[in-house]
Amino acid sequence: MAEILDILLSASFWAAVIRIASPLIFATMGELICERAGVLNLGIEGIMVAGAFAGWMAVYSGLGLWTGVAVAMGAGMLFGLLHGTLTVPFGLSQHVVGLGITLLATAVAYFAYRLALPRVTTPPRIEAFQPLPVPYLSDLPIVGPALFTQTPLTYLAFALVGVVSLVLYRTPLGLAVRAAGENPAAVESQGLSVTAIRMGAVMVGSGLMAVGGAFLTMSAFNSFFFEMVNGRGWICIALVVFGAWMPGKALLGAVLFGIFDAFQIRLQQTALGADIPYQVFLMLPFLLSILALVVMSRRAAVPAALMTPYSKGER
Amino acid sequence: MTEAQEGAQATVLRLDGITKRFGQVLANDSVSLALKRGEVVALLGENGAGKTTLMHILFGHYAADAGRIEVFGEALPPGNPRAALDAGVGMVHQHFTLAENLSVLDNILLGTRPLWAPGLGRAAARARVVQLARDFGLAVVPEHRVGNLSVGEKQRVEILKALYRDARILILDEPTAVLTPQETEDLFATLRKMVAKGLSVVFISHKLHEVLAISNRVVVLRHGRLVGEVETARTDRAQLAGMMVGAEVRAPERRDSAPGVALLTLAAVSTADRGSAPGLKGADLELRAGQIVGLAGVSGNGQGALASLLAGLEAPIAGEMRLAGAAPRRWSPRAAMRAGIARIPEDRHATGTIADFTLTENAILESYARAPFSRRGWMDWRAARDFAARLIARYDVRCPGPETRIRLLSGGNMQKLILGRALEGAPRVILANQPVRGLDIGAIAFVHGQLLEARARGAAILLISEDLDEVMALSDVIHVIYEGRLSPVFARAEKSAAELGEWMAGGGFADGAHAA
Amino acid sequence: MRLEPVANPSLARLLGFPAVALAVTVLIGSGLAMVAGADPFATLGLILRGAAGSQFAALETLNRATPLIFTGLAVAVAFRARLWNIGAEAQLYAGAVMVALLGTGALAWPAGLLLPAMAGAAMLAGALVLLGPAVLKVRFGVDEVVTTLLFNFVVLLFVSMLLEGPLKDPMGMGWPQSPRLVPEARLPRLVEGLRLHWGFALGLIAAVIVWVIQTRTTLGYEMRAVGLNRQAAEFAGIPVGRVILKTALLSGGLAALAGFSEVAGLKGNLTLDISPGFGYTGIIVAMLALLNPLGVVVTAIFVAGVFVGADSMSRAAGVPTYIANIMLATALLTMVLAIQLSRFRVKWG
Repeated sequence: MAEILDILLSASFWAAVIRIASPLIFATMGELICERAGVLNLGIEGIMVAGAFAGWMAVYSGLGLWTGVAVAMGAGMLFGLLHGTLTVPFGLSQHVVGLGITLLATAVAYFAYRLALPRVTTPPRIEAFQPLPVPYLSDLPIVGPALFTQTPLTYLAFALVGVVSLVLYRTPLGLAVRAAGENPAAVESQGLSVTAIRMGAVMVGSGLMAVGGAFLTMSAFNSFFFEMVNGRGWICIALVVFGAWMPGKALLGAVLFGIFDAFQIRLQQTALGADIPYQVFLMLPFLLSILALVVMSRRAAVPAALMTPYSKGER
Repeated sequence: MTEAQEGAQATVLRLDGITKRFGQVLANDSVSLALKRGEVVALLGENGAGKTTLMHILFGHYAADAGRIEVFGEALPPGNPRAALDAGVGMVHQHFTLAENLSVLDNILLGTRPLWAPGLGRAAARARVVQLARDFGLAVVPEHRVGNLSVGEKQRVEILKALYRDARILILDEPTAVLTPQETEDLFATLRKMVAKGLSVVFISHKLHEVLAISNRVVVLRHGRLVGEVETARTDRAQLAGMMVGAEVRAPERRDSAPGVALLTLAAVSTADRGSAPGLKGADLELRAGQIVGLAGVSGNGQGALASLLAGLEAPIAGEMRLAGAAPRRWSPRAAMRAGIARIPEDRHATGTIADFTLTENAILESYARAPFSRRGWMDWRAARDFAARLIARYDVRCPGPETRIRLLSGGNMQKLILGRALEGAPRVILANQPVRGLDIGAIAFVHGQLLEARARGAAILLISEDLDEVMALSDVIHVIYEGRLSPVFARAEKSAAELGEWMAGGGFADGAHAA
Repeated sequence: MRLEPVANPSLARLLGFPAVALAVTVLIGSGLAMVAGADPFATLGLILRGAAGSQFAALETLNRATPLIFTGLAVAVAFRARLWNIGAEAQLYAGAVMVALLGTGALAWPAGLLLPAMAGAAMLAGALVLLGPAVLKVRFGVDEVVTTLLFNFVVLLFVSMLLEGPLKDPMGMGWPQSPRLVPEARLPRLVEGLRLHWGFALGLIAAVIVWVIQTRTTLGYEMRAVGLNRQAAEFAGIPVGRVILKTALLSGGLAALAGFSEVAGLKGNLTLDISPGFGYTGIIVAMLALLNPLGVVVTAIFVAGVFVGADSMSRAAGVPTYIANIMLATALLTMVLAIQLSRFRVKWG
């Protein structure tokens, strides 16, 4: 018991929570935007891989860190453009296209990586984002090192949630996005283009997913290796459901997930953890996500037109 | 613009030679039409005559293959709703285009500001909406979530959407289909206010008495072509009906007959609410052999719940249902069919058929699990094809053959197959939910004829329809449904349309239904 | 832009668009080869030769196609009933685990009994793995896409746990692998002297059986009805929930046979890398076959050929082998688009 309390009271634990949550926040916001507009984006897993690679590669080849983030975002938006083109105007199955994009984006990233570094066995490291202590706040006990001694990308992740909320609920653009996911005919009859809004949402959303992937290579592991995204994209889809398609609640879900994941890592190192195979701990995040889906499935307010292609003039 | 053009007789809208083809079908064939300031033009025609297509072209949902549109003397670019809105054209669609998860205010605001504007300006917008609502007699609460509104309220929101955007020309597509007679009167009052302020209205309908009541001029479409145009003051029902269908409309022939035994009874039956759709609330109902029971009511008042109950999709949560005197033990679609209930669903595309299945596969949809179609888990496709061929012949389904995918058929032919499938086993009880919605006159006559024939051989029929005229023409007895409750049973011709309309609006129901 | 259905698409339309899709795929492959500094014609030639240029290559392709036939069938069956089973990978491993459990000496049965028992146990395990998400879908309305995806990770970790625990080979020098199967538990070769095992024949038989189920049986009719229009199926009295569960059992069982055939036929023991994503590739196989079970056999061989060919080309020309994955993902996306375009006409305005 004392061990567990020690874990929960340490600043390094909470710092880890925030670190684990950050990439999920980016990608979850990205997926949330897509789904709010009515498009399920199963390309998320692959787009995160592509973002992780693109951001890392940009920095590795000498570009600045923020340029790297922009490159990752651009790569994500390209895949978003492809996803959007196939699913929105052409109305193809969002399931099939999404999985296809995941396969494609992953393969492109791996291909490019092998092309760039043909015979490398240990992935080279880059000079990644460094923690940026917030003046004064970082001096607070526990909270300071936990929350306010993070990398700039983490601050950006949390700020993003506010921005997404603001845009969704307080601007004409957000109104249009939410309406497109609920009843596209409402959008069209008010003179807006459903296609443009959905395409835009998928592109921006995919860009954010890619930044989530880039967080892994540029702010967490500092190098790119295969399988590094490891199901995080799928977890983000579960987080969107858990958050009932609301940015604030999705953020809460990501942080809860971070708490849980950081906790299991530390639990593995205790006496209790030594008796249990480590795989059990690794399984828990996935089982937890499934559980969250089951619990939330009853009351979730799914956007009514999610996964329904819209053809102009059809009703 | 000169003074003269601004005068009362200025033409605000001109359609010129509009032609639109969908595949093989010519939906609009060189239609020309003009609308003057302060005028209500009724666009009359039966289902499928091309009224809605024409208005969708005007509003920019479709681009015409040929023709030209002028609004206030300026050409309107085709296929662009935004341009139509900016030119002052507003449209109230038959199927509302509202986002249910948004508030009334947000639905009205949608698309009214540049997408990149930093804020919504809700406060100012709200004041304007309230003002407009007062001016035109359209009571709404801007903060309410649209998903919780009644059909009438939703329509008011749709009209406000157009008014908020300064529409000078309003198109209403079958606006009264979902309203009670009283609500229709309210709508007409609003329209008169609009006309008085110099707006112009295109009123799409197939109901003659409404057209006569509200319009200044009537334009009649048939098979996509403009077949007549008359001043309302100089015409009457018979002439309009003749123009609309090309021949006199005849009420279906029905002979009076004595009702038989009760085949299905509901005693104080309640079912669960489904979201905003109410369940049944202590409903009493009796379906007797050789009798058509008509169910009148505004859509969304529990018709769906009653239909689901009889179809076997839902079981009562209170009260008792008896079939030929006995209460069924397990209730499911299959149990309903075994009990001799034939079901004609409300939506033939979504519920009645599987679009990508062939006619054969659709024909056996309800009986596939039984011999001769299925034996020990194996399908006998020859038997199925023979059965389909029999239905096609007997129910006059026009199609290339039983191996055609049903999505290629017209609505009428689709409905004939569903009808045949349901009636083939000489069912004792028939649930006919909106059996003729969207059909042309020939198909309507066929469906009504089949229902009357079934009545003659002793079937008990429940006819659910939002068209009061249809209910009154066919039924032996009538119930009105309101918020899940059934009125007492009324004999045929016991109540006038106006009296039934009073009931449809909740009047007559005990314990202050109006307050609800 | 609008899509307008084409009532009776012409043959040119039905074949033309897929042909363009294939051409685009090849074009992209050539482009990638050029990017990698190789001659595109030579690269494609090497892929072709590596896939079918010799008896050895062709057999290698058929061996690689075998698990893909099973996972492709699993996906085709499930997708047909609109059950989005993205968890064939997990079901494959579940089947493989049963083979390792029963085939490493636990049952001292003759091959004629042991092999069917292992296959049956594998199918059962795979079926149960998919039954979970299917029950969640039917009972609580939980989207099965995400649950089956997440289950892939859970099952793989579970297998890893077994391989470092109870299933670990004591003679394996510490590697996470199971002991080798007893000889009775190995699938024999199809033709003596040729490196192709009975799993391939089993795949062909499975494809025919699935085809018969879909076109000739009542269950097949039900599965297609549920997949095309669930609401209408429910109204007509088809027991939708039960049909989805039956579909899940069939689909999971088929995917598990891939694991059975890989361990008992090809590998001889269970490791963590018996499947380089056969479960996911099964989606490509099934979609390219338009969910037709007989077509699955053809597309599985095609997809396997691309992989095997790319491997061999990669060794010879130095173009990264991931070119195969890119080309197949491209084939998938262009093909679904091509099929849409062959059925619908694009109208502007």
